[in-house]
Amino acid sequence: MSEFLHMSGYAFYVFTAYAIGIASLLLNVWWARRNLTLAKESARRRLAMRDVAS
Amino acid sequence: MSWAWFHRFGSPPYFYRVAGILVPWFAWPAAILIFVGLTWGLVIAPPDRLQSDAYRIIFVHVPNSWLSLMSYSAMAIAAAVGLIWRIKVGHAVAAAIAPAGATFTAVSLLTGMLWGQPMWGTYWAWDPRIVFELIMLFFFLGYIALRNAIDDVSRADRSSAVLAIVGAVNVPIVHYSVIWWNSLHQAPSVLRVNGPSMPLAMLAPLLVSFLGFTCYFFAVMLVRARAEVLRRERGGDWIREAVAGST
Repeated sequence: MSEFLHMSGYAFYVFTAYAIGIASLLLNVWWARRNLTLAKESARRRLAMRDVAS
Repeated sequence: MSWAWFHRFGSPPYFYRVAGILVPWFAWPAAILIFVGLTWGLVIAPPDRLQSDAYRIIFVHVPNSWLSLMSYSAMAIAAAVGLIWRIKVGHAVAAAIAPAGATFTAVSLLTGMLWGQPMWGTYWAWDPRIVFELIMLFFFLGYIALRNAIDDVSRADRSSAVLAIVGAVNVPIVHYSVIWWNSLHQAPSVLRVNGPSMPLAMLAPLLVSFLGFTCYFFAVMLVRARAEVLRRERGGDWIREAVAGST
């Protein structure tokens, strides 16, 4: 285990690279889902406004 | 060959619905393959003879780099489809790809820096491959900035599509930069004429990871493209149905 964490002395570089990679994957998923939720909300508002107008 | 499927995808309600069905079919394989690929690369794959464990950065760096090139190509093609055939879904797809593409490119550069420091002794080098990858990041960011700067969606679509298409010149330059110029960055070791030069124990997790990233790209792109399609629609009964349910 300690050998794994040591990464032959490259632990900082290897684990930081993996952390950045995984963080970006999660960020994009969250961001895309939020985007869709916001687009749905604004579409709902547009429809409601049109219903009121007509 | 019939082009009916192509025109069907150009219809926003059809695209919105089919994209919604497709998302989990890409998202789940993506989650599983990325988990397997990255764990395999980080824990199981043997250390490299020259680079020891530092080479494990490859399993994050290379899929992100490939995806950055693939995203840009896909964005330029989608933008061209939107511009030439005036298909709104084309622009929506292009706009949906840009943020993910920019992230892949940024991660490719950052992980490259983290690999460069222990192997080359520097985080940054003004090397052709690295510089053209950076230019690609600027094209992605420029595309996003241009879209945000123009309020009118159809004008934003047209202007940003031109930028996306112009920037596509950069894609083959990034790919061939290590072959055309004397570069600090190594030449391709997977996509090469004589076949991959990596041993299978290292190549297999890389390919699994790459496959996972590709599925991931489609899942994220489809979710965002659905949002873009919704934003472009002003009327239509299908919108009412689309936002009423959970899908």
